[in-house]
Amino acid sequence: MAKRIDLSSLSVFYGKFRAVDDVNMNIEPRSVTAFIGPSGCGKSTLLRSLNRMHELAGRGRIEGKVLLDGTDLYASNVDPVSVRRTIGMVFQRPNPFPTMSIFDNVASGLRLNGMRDRKKITEVVEKSLQGSGLWKEVQDRLNKPASGLSGGQQQRLCIARAIAVQPQVLLMDEPCSALDPISTLAIEELIHELKQQFTIVIVTHNMQQAARVSDTTAFFNIAGTGKPGKLIEMDATSRIFSTPSEKATEDYISGRFG
Amino acid sequence: MSTTFLSHDITASAPAGPLLIPASRGRRIRNQLATAFVGASFVVALIPLVWILTEVVVKGAPDVFHSSWWTHSQNGVTERREGGGAFHAISGSVLQTLVCAVIAVPLSLLVAIFLVEYGKGRLANAVAFTVDVLTGIPSIVAALFIYALLITTFGFQRQGFAVSLALVLLMIPVVVRTTEEMLKLVPNDLREASLALGVPKYRTILRIVVPTALPGIITGIMLGIARVIGETAPLLILVGYSKSINNNLFSGFQGSLPGMIVNEATNITLKPAEGRVWGAALTLILIVLVLNLAARLIARSTTSRGKK
Repeated sequence: MAKRIDLSSLSVFYGKFRAVDDVNMNIEPRSVTAFIGPSGCGKSTLLRSLNRMHELAGRGRIEGKVLLDGTDLYASNVDPVSVRRTIGMVFQRPNPFPTMSIFDNVASGLRLNGMRDRKKITEVVEKSLQGSGLWKEVQDRLNKPASGLSGGQQQRLCIARAIAVQPQVLLMDEPCSALDPISTLAIEELIHELKQQFTIVIVTHNMQQAARVSDTTAFFNIAGTGKPGKLIEMDATSRIFSTPSEKATEDYISGRFG
Repeated sequence: MSTTFLSHDITASAPAGPLLIPASRGRRIRNQLATAFVGASFVVALIPLVWILTEVVVKGAPDVFHSSWWTHSQNGVTERREGGGAFHAISGSVLQTLVCAVIAVPLSLLVAIFLVEYGKGRLANAVAFTVDVLTGIPSIVAALFIYALLITTFGFQRQGFAVSLALVLLMIPVVVRTTEEMLKLVPNDLREASLALGVPKYRTILRIVVPTALPGIITGIMLGIARVIGETAPLLILVGYSKSINNNLFSGFQGSLPGMIVNEATNITLKPAEGRVWGAALTLILIVLVLNLAARLIARSTTSRGKK
């Protein structure tokens, strides 16, 4: 299922402001790629341009190319809705739909895209909840409101909701920053399992987390406020955290700035 | 503690003397004064409200709880006689308001959705400005506008439907305004969550945003109805008043509760007429109350799935 993503000279803008400048990178299928870097360096912006969520923000646009297995996501004949269906996203704060039950939340992606087959939906919901490691905790209360779950459970619910529509790629925008260490650990273990099936890109502020979960790490930096964010270096995670080739990466990782 | 965690010594600027002291006398007095003032204002604001309600209930109840009130009209009942009912007025008011709501509610919801979810640039500003202007229009001006349009220009007769149209003008801004506020309260996270699942924008709005805001939207619709059902100016100008039952919105004079109050109030010194004035007023309040409760029940049953 998983597909590769290639960025070629990708720049991301808010109106005239260039937030991310000229990024080239290859993201391998069935791997975890972590984006790290100081606040404001454009990691999240770049992530959101990978499933065309960025253009929903005020005057968001891009230059360059994002290729999913060779197909340009921004080609004029590509429907952004189909891009988002293929490339799922998990957000910083858990955001289950408050008017829906646990079951309906996971089923929402299928139902809102027109699936009617009850049996199939039930099947997918169970599989997705098992996939996100939440099934055992919620199987007795699928019809209860999602808002009754803890923050960590809500986030895993959101992951279940995202994988229920069977995307090729899963983008995660600081998925653990609102969670306690135990929930964080649960999500990290989940990421390990999900990478058997999905291509995962994760933005994180937590460098230990990047080191723990990712195969490849990309370090971004900005020269100063108002300047665009740049990709400084991208390499196997073990190399980035031991022998990075750029001084800025080493400084950041060893905590000398940022 | 000799270790310095901070680059400058914060204890240097600490005030002399004990740190934990009782609140000063001046502040306690000001606090008590403010509390008393807030409480007193509440009571003062409540007095007229309770007064009006008791007055209406006490004076209106004898007529309203008479069996013929809900079934009979005032046809042939003179101002000196007891009896008859308000059915002609209730049916007229309910019909006019219902037709008004059927036209105004969908329109207002669409306008509000446009303003919050799609509106950008000059068109949205123009629409928002128009709604603002509509908010301030006196009901008699709306009535005159419909009179000029429907009756003077197109040559129709005065009729209940003309009242409905005038009420539409008055209802739209109320419903648009509240719906707009309610839609804005829906967290953007939810829109993003839905869009990121590959759900098209229109379906995100219909299935996620509107249901989340529904209780507030329904409150807005109820406010709109409560606002227009008691309007009197459009009735006087566009349909007049009839003491007999006329359920045809498109022809003839039509009874209405505000119309009944105006009509009976001309003889308010006479006991039977006075009772009917208060009775009609109480009926108006009861109708708004019942509609409100019904709407709340509907809202609860449609959004209960996630809130059990």
